[in-house]
Amino acid sequence: MYTPHTPDEIRAMLQVIGVPSLEALSDPPKGLAIRGKLDVAPALVESEAYAHVRAMADENTHARSISFLGAGAYRHYQPPAVPWFAFRSEFLTSYTPYQAEASQGSLQAIFEWQSYICLLTGMDVSNASVYDGATALVESVVMAVNATERKRVAVSRAVHPLYRRVLATYCEGMEIEVLEVPVRADGLTDLSGLHADVAAVIVQSPNFFGCIDDVAGAAAVAHKSGALLVQVVAEALSLAVLKTPRELGADIAVGDAQSFGLPVGYGGPYVGFVAATKEHVRRMPGRLVGETHDVDGRRAYVLTLQGREQHIRRELASSNICTNQALCALIATVYLATVGSKGLRAIAGVNLKNARELAAAIGRVPGFALAHDSAFFNEFVVRTPVVAEELARALERRGILAGLPLARFYPDMERALLVCATELTTPADVAGLTAALLEETAHAVAAV
Amino acid sequence: MANLPTDRAYTKEHEWIKVEGKLATVGITDYAQSSLGDIVYVEMPKPGAALEQSKPMGVVESVKAVSDIYAPISGKAVEVNGDVENDPAIVNTDPYGAGWLVKIELSNAAEAKSLLDAAAYQLVIDALK
Amino acid sequence: MPSLLFERGAAGRGSEFVRDPGPPSTYLDAKSLRAELPLPDLTELEVARHFTELSHRNFNVDLNFYPLGSCTMKYNPKLNEAVSGLRGFTDLHPFAPDSGAQGALRLLWHMERTLSSLFDMTAFSLMPAAGAHGEITAMLMAKKYFKERGERERVTCFVPDTAHGTNPASAAMVGYRVVSIPSNARGHTDLAALRAKLDGSVAVCMMTNPNTLGLFEDDIVEMTQAVHKAGGLMYYDGANANAIVGLCRPGEMGFDLMHLNLHKTFSVPHGGGGPGSGPVGASAALAPYLPAPAVAKDKSGTFSWNAALPRSIGPVRMFPAHFLAIVRAYAYIIVHGEEGLRTNSRLAVLNANYLRAKIREFLTVPYEDYCRHEFVCSAEELKKATGVRALDLAKGLLDAGVHAPTMYWPHVVPECLMIEPTETETKATLDAFVELLRGLVEQSHRDPESVKALPLHTPVRRVDEAQVGRLANKAVGLRWTPPSGGVSS
Repeated sequence: MYTPHTPDEIRAMLQVIGVPSLEALSDPPKGLAIRGKLDVAPALVESEAYAHVRAMADENTHARSISFLGAGAYRHYQPPAVPWFAFRSEFLTSYTPYQAEASQGSLQAIFEWQSYICLLTGMDVSNASVYDGATALVESVVMAVNATERKRVAVSRAVHPLYRRVLATYCEGMEIEVLEVPVRADGLTDLSGLHADVAAVIVQSPNFFGCIDDVAGAAAVAHKSGALLVQVVAEALSLAVLKTPRELGADIAVGDAQSFGLPVGYGGPYVGFVAATKEHVRRMPGRLVGETHDVDGRRAYVLTLQGREQHIRRELASSNICTNQALCALIATVYLATVGSKGLRAIAGVNLKNARELAAAIGRVPGFALAHDSAFFNEFVVRTPVVAEELARALERRGILAGLPLARFYPDMERALLVCATELTTPADVAGLTAALLEETAHAVAAV
Repeated sequence: MANLPTDRAYTKEHEWIKVEGKLATVGITDYAQSSLGDIVYVEMPKPGAALEQSKPMGVVESVKAVSDIYAPISGKAVEVNGDVENDPAIVNTDPYGAGWLVKIELSNAAEAKSLLDAAAYQLVIDALK
Repeated sequence: MPSLLFERGAAGRGSEFVRDPGPPSTYLDAKSLRAELPLPDLTELEVARHFTELSHRNFNVDLNFYPLGSCTMKYNPKLNEAVSGLRGFTDLHPFAPDSGAQGALRLLWHMERTLSSLFDMTAFSLMPAAGAHGEITAMLMAKKYFKERGERERVTCFVPDTAHGTNPASAAMVGYRVVSIPSNARGHTDLAALRAKLDGSVAVCMMTNPNTLGLFEDDIVEMTQAVHKAGGLMYYDGANANAIVGLCRPGEMGFDLMHLNLHKTFSVPHGGGGPGSGPVGASAALAPYLPAPAVAKDKSGTFSWNAALPRSIGPVRMFPAHFLAIVRAYAYIIVHGEEGLRTNSRLAVLNANYLRAKIREFLTVPYEDYCRHEFVCSAEELKKATGVRALDLAKGLLDAGVHAPTMYWPHVVPECLMIEPTETETKATLDAFVELLRGLVEQSHRDPESVKALPLHTPVRRVDEAQVGRLANKAVGLRWTPPSGGVSS
């Protein structure tokens, strides 16, 4: 165990304090002692504990399955340099950098993260990170509502369903109305009849179906009615090659940077980003790091604009957020430094290439076709000859996670599968998938 | 602490107000700027905004604290100090002069009776020490 | 002084991570593509030097003592790091079918059952990412609970004047009006004042116990009863749970909702400001509102995600748990068991009282009661006598390689220092800290200007926060900007 106290030390300390026993000092007041028996397993020694948890990890067979799953969590290559530096104790076991003199390492790293996010999104200002892409979207809605004083937002149905569900949870409590914008047959947001008089129009690109959506078109419509345009980016790697949210007319860009060196990790922790044009700096939620000088003229970094934050403003804070995702933002920063512009563009290029090869291979299996005739990054929807949920289960039995059956979120899309390829997708993976798809559907296709 | 100018009135929320006919100039006192520390941002009412006596009309933000500014008198905000918006430090260096914040067109001159004179305000700050 | 990444590197540097796929225009129409990507290219050695140098400019628990009140900076065991890095966890996709994720689901299920027992709640959601996230989750639950009961008049949230800033901020985010309850001269939340202010508009009363002054709220049961009588709910802010694990339980105190900070009480590392994990617990009446999905176990012992929770507020995060953080907390719990967790709490209380007993010899300790796992002292007398403030003492500690305690909060104590040593620190460390602080106080009397000049040896000293604040309000100085007219690298 991790406590050092010897019986002699405890005795000596109790004497200084002036109480006869540890129980006398630390017991709760009479009447609050625990009633009943606690349901906590007896302690394991360290070697047993390791084996115990290791067994649980080994039980997760799908960690080893060939996977074509994306949908907001992306399998990418993690250069070993990334955890090597990011998990140094000096970063891992440090505290929030409230004392600038004690935290220049963390503060500079956050400043670099903020800078990377601005360069990637084209925006003027980024915060120090938020919990994930979905909560980043919530924060952007709060910003837009405060900026326009309108309590409604319009969200495309092509925005990640889990992002939309989280938004719905918060908006219910904050009494903000969420209007849904439909999707066209080609997988893009239907901009005709976009609601006027909303605080923000929210589109994702590449969207949940993998399609590169018409952000510029949405921005034009939004701005005409005085609304802000929020672009969601779930696959951050796409920022390496696609036009920036700023260029496309977005006022706020939000999303998740999990693709930059964070494992899929059964859902977390990830790292959300919020970036905006300079008009919105005072509405930015959470921490911001700024550059300044110290009393000796040395360049220094420090948390700033804390007047917006909960520990000062309390109930008038721009958001309640306290902890951010500092270590995850650091992992992403080390990743971006390690791969550089050159590496990031190449990795994005391989994603483009592999996704197209995968799409072509699937398209050659009888009965299968791409569902949308739109440009995509590394994900796309496949129209399946049988119900996608059953097909996915059949492939699962063969050790292949073929993709996400869309009916789970879009009940009208029973024969649709969301498929992703990354730089980790090999030709053998593709061949294995297509062979399995062929075998599992031969009977159905033949019968047609 | 500088001597309190006697050509104006004060509130217990540490605002000063100098009335000239139908127009009043408002700022925060030396005590206020000193307590807040280095001011980094001032949020003021938009010109044309209706103001109500004793209700918050803006915010002064320093590195470590935020403080509401209350309207010392009811009326309409007609001008805000653009120099202060640009360089909030002026409020620290010259709170009674160049650091003025808002000019208000009075709607009810009788409200001036409820304001404190320099001596009364001095008692307020003495009690806080 | 370290350069920024953007000031290093040169175009074309760096390893080959993938085989060259050709330009993006091979795959996409040029009109969709950005013209350039102005990020630096660095060799791996440049990256190594950069981040190693930055790491040397950081305090961290593995090197420095952090007596930060309310933060529980206990040791972060490396067993936890090893198990959370296992590929069976890191490589598991959140959409992987449940049948192939049984180990992960099993871990989450056991974690949920253990926390429910430890804190006497009916159920916990492991979804929230941090304490503040847990708070807003609970506020959303309370709001839905009252809406379904048709009690639309419940619009206020009661919060002690010593509360952590996230409490009122979370309440305000869902539109509650915040009412402050004063503390009495003994440092306890004033029961009579609470009773006087309670009316039919109360929705939630948020408290922590021990409170943020480190004192056990002796009237807590009376308080929860008073709030329940007025028809409100009690919320327990678990930030101070390190004083009570295995000793008493919020459910038995009368709390209906609570959150925990796994990155405080359960040794998950702070990571420089996250990621944390903020599980939310609920009593039987509130449990149906917990976020969905939740882990379920069927009769055959098979685990799955259950989203069929019709009264749930819905999800508050994209995916159901900060899984890799929870793995760390789980490892911490299983090496301690019930006895070990209880011992930790007792020793945390011992360490804090030891420091309090010694420090009150030279700094004012405003409250007479023994503290729990943390205590406050005040530099107000020192300031009146010498002009040296809590801030200056804090900078003096930094100079000696000890992280400053929490300062200037709670606001009810002037020139406040909140000290929480945690149970993993040795008596020798505590004794050295006392002598260090005593020395600074003595120096303040002898030569106050010398203390106000501290720190002298940290990488930077007395940073100009005013300048950066003024620029930041204009969105200047918050990011590196490429030199005008050109692009870097």
